[in-house]
Order: sequence, then structure tokens, then C-alpha cells
Amino acid sequence: MIAAIEPSWYLILAALLFSVGAVGLLIRRNPLVMFMCIELMLNAANLTFVALAIKLGDINGQTAVFFVMVVAAAEVVVGLSIIVSILRRKPGATADDLAELKG
Amino acid sequence: MDTTFLEYLVFFAAAAMVLGGAIGVITLKNPVHAALGLVLTLFGIAVQFVAQEAHFLAAVQIIVYAGAIVVLFLFVIMLLGVDNAMDLSIEPIKVQRPLAAIMGLGLVSLLTAAIVKADSATVLPNAIGDGLDIATVTGDSDGNIQQLAENLYGDHIFAFELTSVLLIVAVAGTVVLTRKWPRNQEIADAGSSSTSGASK
Repeated sequence: MIAAIEPSWYLILAALLFSVGAVGLLIRRNPLVMFMCIELMLNAANLTFVALAIKLGDINGQTAVFFVMVVAAAEVVVGLSIIVSILRRKPGATADDLAELKG
Repeated sequence: MDTTFLEYLVFFAAAAMVLGGAIGVITLKNPVHAALGLVLTLFGIAVQFVAQEAHFLAAVQIIVYAGAIVVLFLFVIMLLGVDNAMDLSIEPIKVQRPLAAIMGLGLVSLLTAAIVKADSATVLPNAIGDGLDIATVTGDSDGNIQQLAENLYGDHIFAFELTSVLLIVAVAGTVVLTRKWPRNQEIADAGSSSTSGASK
């Protein structure tokens, strides 16, 4: 089952997904959509971990994905609450409008 | 039907789901549609996990990402009322999009070159792990989850305990961040009433 598709193909797919996420993070201005692009990049890293777990025959890669998912869940919860508290103060703000911490 | 053909079909169908959803996330104007593109990408990733015999991670991917995180995104979009379409034709910084496209192409080519080059590299013998149970090879359909559990609760038990601390901190931080503080509210009310005069 594993033999037909090389692990490199999954790695290249992950590289494409990571790049799409990085470009999206640069071109979008809505904080929520920028956050979704970060999720895309995290998923690309997860795909890389699983592909290399198959290639090296090591279960630790899949364990790492489990921890990445836990950290991603915590990160999304805290990040969305920060976005909620910012947008409650400034409705409709984009990333360019958020310069409140600037000295 | 040939098994190899089916594998290629699954891989390319799931890859199309992943990349189509990702491009939808970064191009669609409405944040709700972007969140739905994210769901498509996450399901495609889950299919790729199943194709690589990581069955437990595929289930967790659906439950945690598609079930919890995307719902949280949609909930925040609805809560804030930012589900109106944004005008994407406005570019705050003029040269940013061409530069971002060039950076994306460069990143893809750099990573692809590294993957192609590393593919022919020999794997060091001591880099090989304990071995991975592959369900279609061993015939044990529960092998993956058992091996993952032994690894998680054996080698990584301390990190696993620390994730519980992390989740508690995240929940406490969220409550603190989104709570409306009564004292600040009174100060804000006092400030607005003194500036706006007898508007109330």
C-alpha cells in the first residue's frame, strides 16, 4: 500500500501547502483570515511529520503531530480571544489599523 | 481495479482538495467562505493521513480541526459580524502582492529542490526508529493506535502531562482576555459621559 506513492510526493504537497499559507499570510489583511493561513502552515508541517514517520519507520513523527495539534488548539483559542477583544474595541479593523502598541 | 491506480487516484484527489481549499482560503472575499475552504483543506489532509496509515491522527484531525477549530473560527466570525465581503482590490502596500508571489514561488522551488536532493540521500542506520506498524503490512488494524499510545504514554509522558498545563493556561487566558472588566467599564463610562456631556 505504501510502496506506490513515494513519501517525497507528500513532502512536495506539504511544501506547496506551506507556501500557499505563507503567501496568504502576507497578502491578506483580515486578522481572522491571516489566522486561517497560520493553520494551513501548521497542517503542512503535520503532513511532513507523518510522511517522514513512514519514510524512517519511526512512530515519534506521529507523536509529534499529536503535540502539534494540542498546541494548535491552545494557540487558536488564545489568538481568537485576542482578536475578539481587539475587534470589540475597533470594529472592522484590519491588520494595518492595529498599531496600538506602537510607541 | 488495480490497487496502484486507486492509490494514485486517492493521492491526487486529496491533493486537489488540499490545494483547492488552501487557495480558496487566501482568495475568497468572505471570511465564512474562507473558513469553508479551510474545512476542505483539513479533510484533504485527513485523507492523506489515512493513505499513510496514520488512522488515529486522521480521526483527531477531523475531530479537533474540522470539529472544534473551524467551528470556533465560524463562531468568532458570526460573533464579530465581520462576515461581509472585503474589497480585495485595495492594496495598502503597492508592491506587496508581487513580492509575496515571488517569495511563494521561491519557497516552493527551494523546498522542492531540497526534497528532491534529500530523496537520494542514504538514511543513517541509527536514525531508523523502532519501526512503524503499518496496518496493511502487519494485518493488525489496531496496531497504529496501540503503538502511538505506547510511545505517547511511555517516552513522552512528561510532555503529555505538560500539555494539560498548557490547555489550562489557554482556557484561563481566554477567560481573562474576553471578560469585560467592571472597573474599566466604569472608567470608560465616566470618561464618555464627561466628554459627551448630558447626552444620557
